[in-house]
Amino acid sequence: MRALPALLLLLASLASHAETPQQIRQAYVAEAAGQQAGFAPSAKRGETLFRQRFAINDKMPACTSCHTDNPLSAGQHAVTGKTIRPLASTANAERFTDPAKVEKWFGRNCKEVVGRACTPAEKADFIAYMSEVR
Amino acid sequence: MKRLTLIALLGLALPAFADRLPMPSDAPASFKEECGSCHLPFPPALLAADDWGRIMNGLDKHFGSDATVSPKNWPKIKSFLESHAGRGDRLGSAGNPPRITQTQRFIRKHHEVPAKFWRDPRVKSAANCEACHRGAANGNYGEHDIAIPELRE
Repeated sequence: MRALPALLLLLASLASHAETPQQIRQAYVAEAAGQQAGFAPSAKRGETLFRQRFAINDKMPACTSCHTDNPLSAGQHAVTGKTIRPLASTANAERFTDPAKVEKWFGRNCKEVVGRACTPAEKADFIAYMSEVR
Repeated sequence: MKRLTLIALLGLALPAFADRLPMPSDAPASFKEECGSCHLPFPPALLAADDWGRIMNGLDKHFGSDATVSPKNWPKIKSFLESHAGRGDRLGSAGNPPRITQTQRFIRKHHEVPAKFWRDPRVKSAANCEACHRGAANGNYGEHDIAIPELRE
């Protein structure tokens, strides 16, 4: 009986489309290169985006409002207080492994925090930073 | 004697049962995924069916966030919540928009919690059940598992 939740989790992970952060980043790089010839992702630009204060949303002026200044640390939801597991894939192996989930959260969080949709280039940069930060 | 022990044990067990809100076994994966990212996937019994209906019909403006779910998952989550909802006459009105924390049941159960605990940065919001109810994710809201002494620093 105790094995049942683990088994269900295993099945769920098999059912969802698992990829590596590199594969997901590469899909955004390809999309960005279509708009901007010779585009190459930059972890440094990704970090700037992560730390930028957009101040569109009072409670969540920046990514760091919930994810803290250190993406290797656990964060806390700025409204509900719920613990958020680390954003960096170097600290949390589950991050950036499900393309649909990645797209969903870029969609929600860019709209709420940045105030607009993020571009494929920004997404590629962001994942580059989150998969390299140590 | 055996009987007496049984009665005594039952007496001990009853208060614990009252604060057990286990997640119904037919909870769709999308419920935990969609409703459990920003906050705990709240036990459906904590709101009445019509209040869950109001929540599900207003997800695009969900307490300041756009919490829209895919058209595929929406009906599954809605029918799950409604089929396991609590009784409105026992919970009391949840207000509009409905909030679990505004029901008379929630208020009655938490009346002894001092205001400074709610304001503690580790709690942040009354929606953060797990800050005090360490077993909330497993449906355990019993008084014996409360982490409040830790907040009395």
